[in-house]
Amino acid sequence: MEAFTTHTGRAVPLRRSNVDTDQIIPAHWLKKVTRDGFEDGLFEAWRKNPDFVLNRPVYQGATVLVAGPDFGTGSSREHAVWALQNYGFKAVVSSRFADIFRGNSLKNGLLTVVLDQKVVDALWELTEQDPNAPVTVDLQDRQVRAEGVTADFELDENARWRLLNGLDDISITLRNEDDIAAYEAARPSYKPSTVQL
Amino acid sequence: MGRTLAEKVWDDHVVRRAQGEPDLLFIDLHLLHEVTSPQAFDGLRQNGRPVRRLDLTIATEDHNTPTLDIDKPIADPVSRAQLETLRKNCAEFGVRLHPLGDVEQGVVHVVGPQLGLTQPGTTVVCGDSHTSTHGAFGALAFGIGTSQVEHVLATQTLPMSRPKTMAVTVDGELPEGVTAKDLILAIIARIGTGGGQGYVLEYRGPAVEKLSMEARMTICNMSIEAGARAGMIAPDETTFDYLRGRAHAPEGEEWDAAVAYWKTLRTDEDAEFDAEVVIDAAELAPFVTWGTNPGQGAPLSAHVPDPASYEDASERFAAEKALEYMGLTAGQALRDIRVDTVFVGSCTNGRIEDLRAAAEVVTGRRVAEGVRMLVVPGSARVGLQAVDEGLDRVFKEAGAEWRHAGCSMCLGMNPDQLAPGERSASTSNRNFEGRQGKGGRTHLVSPQVAAATAVLGHLASPADLSGAPAVPEPSGV
Repeated sequence: MEAFTTHTGRAVPLRRSNVDTDQIIPAHWLKKVTRDGFEDGLFEAWRKNPDFVLNRPVYQGATVLVAGPDFGTGSSREHAVWALQNYGFKAVVSSRFADIFRGNSLKNGLLTVVLDQKVVDALWELTEQDPNAPVTVDLQDRQVRAEGVTADFELDENARWRLLNGLDDISITLRNEDDIAAYEAARPSYKPSTVQL
Repeated sequence: MGRTLAEKVWDDHVVRRAQGEPDLLFIDLHLLHEVTSPQAFDGLRQNGRPVRRLDLTIATEDHNTPTLDIDKPIADPVSRAQLETLRKNCAEFGVRLHPLGDVEQGVVHVVGPQLGLTQPGTTVVCGDSHTSTHGAFGALAFGIGTSQVEHVLATQTLPMSRPKTMAVTVDGELPEGVTAKDLILAIIARIGTGGGQGYVLEYRGPAVEKLSMEARMTICNMSIEAGARAGMIAPDETTFDYLRGRAHAPEGEEWDAAVAYWKTLRTDEDAEFDAEVVIDAAELAPFVTWGTNPGQGAPLSAHVPDPASYEDASERFAAEKALEYMGLTAGQALRDIRVDTVFVGSCTNGRIEDLRAAAEVVTGRRVAEGVRMLVVPGSARVGLQAVDEGLDRVFKEAGAEWRHAGCSMCLGMNPDQLAPGERSASTSNRNFEGRQGKGGRTHLVSPQVAAATAVLGHLASPADLSGAPAVPEPSGV
């Protein structure tokens, strides 16, 4: 995973709530067997509308997405995270994320930042008035900064440490292999097994 | 202080607990399918890691599989390549696989329980958000992303932060003609699509205890639609009866030991939930969705709401967008909405009991002119059982299409899709924009409502059919 420390970029205001992962990346894109090449599928249906915010030339090259509440609901598809990253997003801001999406994003180095809806509103207004306004997402200090906006955000220390260092979860877990083996040895024998009968 | 069901199962699976770290949980059962696994197997290969516990891992094919001509090569080359990738990966790593055409193939969340692999007090994961289904057995079951699929393949564990717990207590008794699907749709409408975020839900109360395993699975299945990763129901005699004799259920002394443990899996009297919602079952009625998220639903007897009636600005905007997408107008009676397609199937409502319920409604009746009704069993075994019971004939005689097992039109990754502008009544779980095909419009319903809708051509319940016994319908929630 790529490490995330601090990022400054332009932001796209997405004034939508309940953006589900079917909107982020429609199911027919899920047939791909790689982690890349999903950028054209991002918000595919909405991008057919020339007025959709991502189609506006002023937002080209933006790297921070500022979305409404309940972003990433629905399907567990990690392809939604890959699509956002493939397109160029480094961070997503919302007042509330769906659990599975949030977990997936942090495992891939896409920083999902939870801020009060009032701060989201302020970021929407700022980036609508001035699409070039820089927005900084600082994981070191757990803070989002933009003109007129300074907002602290929370992220548990363990997730922050993994992100700051770009650590791979599996190697961390395998350091505790003895614990896993000890647990396995004590499992009751009536637990299910998939071994074909 | 006592513990909740979820806390008991959680505690029994902690491999390692350390200050400032998420708990490391042991996973008892890992289910795989073709869509969310290829990149995980690639990760194993790149790092030279094996699958740690092949004996706790099983795969099937469901999302891409066609429901017609399953003996012929799959027409869509991209779907075919994805299925071939799963077969190659399972062969290389030694994972048990039930491919298309196999008698145990089917939607992963139908297959696990029917094999008896899903058991009380286990942890179950799958790269699919509807893994919450398995919570119906008192298992702690949740959907995971592909990075976590790789993690479980490599370590048989997952680092997880302990969730909060919410009781969803359903008092009273469901009125005649009101199903588990109506109940869960009403719960989601009440708590909202984000209401369960961060929680494990425990459904309980007299109305839940009376439900069959199939109905319990329907409810737990849609926990994720309320934002909860997992939903659970305490195991009881209904659960044990369902499991007894299944291929992978314990036998003899093992069975007795298992049941003794399973009986401890109840929330203690003095346990405290972080939140509780109480629902009066007697107030429920057949329930349908009108919008583009599963929380946008109402009793069938109601009307399309006026977006202006929402106080919250973002809900108002969401309702406006939904009506525009769905081609509906505020104030329109839900019963007046005409459909083109009816889909009976999915991990929500593709089990034998669901097919029986739909068949009973269409028996001796015809699907309305111009309406296409698709019946897709949740697994090959469910299909065989339905054929044994003559249900396929009932559907075909009514003018419905009887298909092979798979996810099918729930998400349209195979050829079963809605055309742009087409409208469906669907027993599946998501009415998102474009979910069943680009531009398609979805109303989520129970199998009974789906079947009555197919006969009348507009959203309807069995009580609306002529010659049906008159069942009084309560006014709503």
